[in-house]
Amino acid sequence: MKIVKQSFKFLVLAVLMFLPTSIFANDTAQDGGQISGKKQVEEYIVHHLKDSHDFNLFSYTNDSGERKHFGVALPVIVWTSQGLVTFMSSEFHHNDDGHVIVEKEGLKLAKIHSKIYELEKGATSVSFDAGHHATNAAKLLDFSITKSVVGVLLIGLLMLFWFSRLAKQYKKKQIPTGFGRILEPLVLYVRDEIARPNIGEKQYRKFTGYLLTVFFFIWILNLAGLTPLGFNVTGQLAVTACLAIFTLVIYTVSGNKDYWMHILWMPGVPIFVKPILAVIELVGAFIIKPFSLLVRLFANISAGHIVLMSLIAIMFTLKESLGVAGATGLSFVLSFFLLLIELLVAFLQAYIFTMLSALFIGMAVAEHDHDHDHEISSDVEDVRGDFI
Amino acid sequence: METLLNDFSPGLFVVSTILMLVLIALMVKFAWKPILESLNEREEGIQGALDAAEKAKIEMTNLQADNERLLQEARLERETMLKEARELKSNMIAEAESQAQEQANKMIVQAQEAIASEKKAAMAELKSHVAGLSLDIAEKVVRNELSNKDKQLQLVESMLAEATLN
Amino acid sequence: MEPVTYNLIGAGLIVIGAGIGLGQIGGKAMEGIARQPEAAGKIQTAMIIVAALLEGLAFGALFLGK
Repeated sequence: MKIVKQSFKFLVLAVLMFLPTSIFANDTAQDGGQISGKKQVEEYIVHHLKDSHDFNLFSYTNDSGERKHFGVALPVIVWTSQGLVTFMSSEFHHNDDGHVIVEKEGLKLAKIHSKIYELEKGATSVSFDAGHHATNAAKLLDFSITKSVVGVLLIGLLMLFWFSRLAKQYKKKQIPTGFGRILEPLVLYVRDEIARPNIGEKQYRKFTGYLLTVFFFIWILNLAGLTPLGFNVTGQLAVTACLAIFTLVIYTVSGNKDYWMHILWMPGVPIFVKPILAVIELVGAFIIKPFSLLVRLFANISAGHIVLMSLIAIMFTLKESLGVAGATGLSFVLSFFLLLIELLVAFLQAYIFTMLSALFIGMAVAEHDHDHDHEISSDVEDVRGDFI
Repeated sequence: METLLNDFSPGLFVVSTILMLVLIALMVKFAWKPILESLNEREEGIQGALDAAEKAKIEMTNLQADNERLLQEARLERETMLKEARELKSNMIAEAESQAQEQANKMIVQAQEAIASEKKAAMAELKSHVAGLSLDIAEKVVRNELSNKDKQLQLVESMLAEATLN
Repeated sequence: MEPVTYNLIGAGLIVIGAGIGLGQIGGKAMEGIARQPEAAGKIQTAMIIVAALLEGLAFGALFLGK
């Protein structure tokens, strides 16, 4: 209990840390306003799935018809034609369709669907073509502290806080106390069930740190995505791509001679097949493996968020046909059960990502005995060997 | 694919890569290394304790076997000793018996010899005595004969009666 | 028909294919577990990995078509 309280305090403190950067933003602007129709629900969900430049907790319309937002504005850092430009996202007044233009250092900046655009010289407003693409503005390289970055920072600090405490506990005695008792079996689980059997007894120690970090990072962020804070960090392609590329780099760098031999010049097949196999293996190692890693995580989490939000939106969309109480009840029941499934998915995706990373690393560092008709099957077998 | 690429934010990619690198480095340095090291230490400690217990158990059984063996040996030794003693006893008895028998035989032989010699001596003495006696008798008979015939006969008879007694 | 409709048909086909595949994986895994209950853990792990690979493929196809 104590640890839970402390962690909560820590979270609150961490959130409050961002407060001095801005006051609570309460601007009146058009962000779609109240959600009532199917179209708005769709737009809201699409908006949620994207990264956002402010940390909005909730919005409401007050009695006088003003739209109030409750949340924290985050700093925008963009690389423009004039170099780095920094300002607070509150300057966009929650506008997301390019109608609010922010002028900085002689540049006109607009935010369209969570992306910052720089207007061309001389243009005063963004003009769109038929497909709603901006015609006179260019997308900028955006290093902003977005909501996802805040999520990564928060979860990173939380992980550091929890696990360095656990590490300190071991200095005093052999058995951890309190929250450490929950964390220790998880660490052991990743080490004994994921790293050790997949990579092999000799080499696993080198990679356990990375696998543990990735596992807890993904899992906690997945869980954070299910809280009302509304993070969607593991549903950001950039984040999952970053994780997948880490795995790619690790298994490419640590691959041994046998691994490269099996990729570039497969032993035990006729010579004219070898170049074809090399191409297939190269594509597999450098494109398919990381792509499947990044897309799986991204798609699972995005799909979960979409379905969960759609079920919550039953409240609005079925209000007429079922009545307020009926629609709300149905929505609660359905989203409750989906939330349970999503809790499982949150763990499962972290597990699968870590597991497959370990498997790929294990394939790259495995020491083959030279009888060359085993290929993947033997790897998979010695992986399974220790699973009971 | 188009929306996918459109959603991909290179800026976020760069930022999250940097953050992840820092996070991995910090976690490895401040959390995983000490945690895994102490977990390993603990496991080795437990393994060591288990091994020691196993060893102690084996030693214990060895000791027990030793004891058993010693006991067995002692029992055997006792048995043999008892057997030897019994043999010794019976030997001694037999020997004593044979010795006694021998001794007895010897003594009997000696006694027989003594008796025989005594007998011989006695016979010799008797012979001489009988001879003397008969001489005496003869003398007296002769003398009586010479005086009274009846008396002489009487004398001879009584003398003879006396003589046969001896 | 509009391109959007083709995309939807494609997505439907992907989902059908992935569904059949996942059903096969799950069914065979169940059979395996029923035959050898002591190997349930190994079979489950293998099943999850294969299912994840299939899922990745299906999602990849879905997003490529989107």
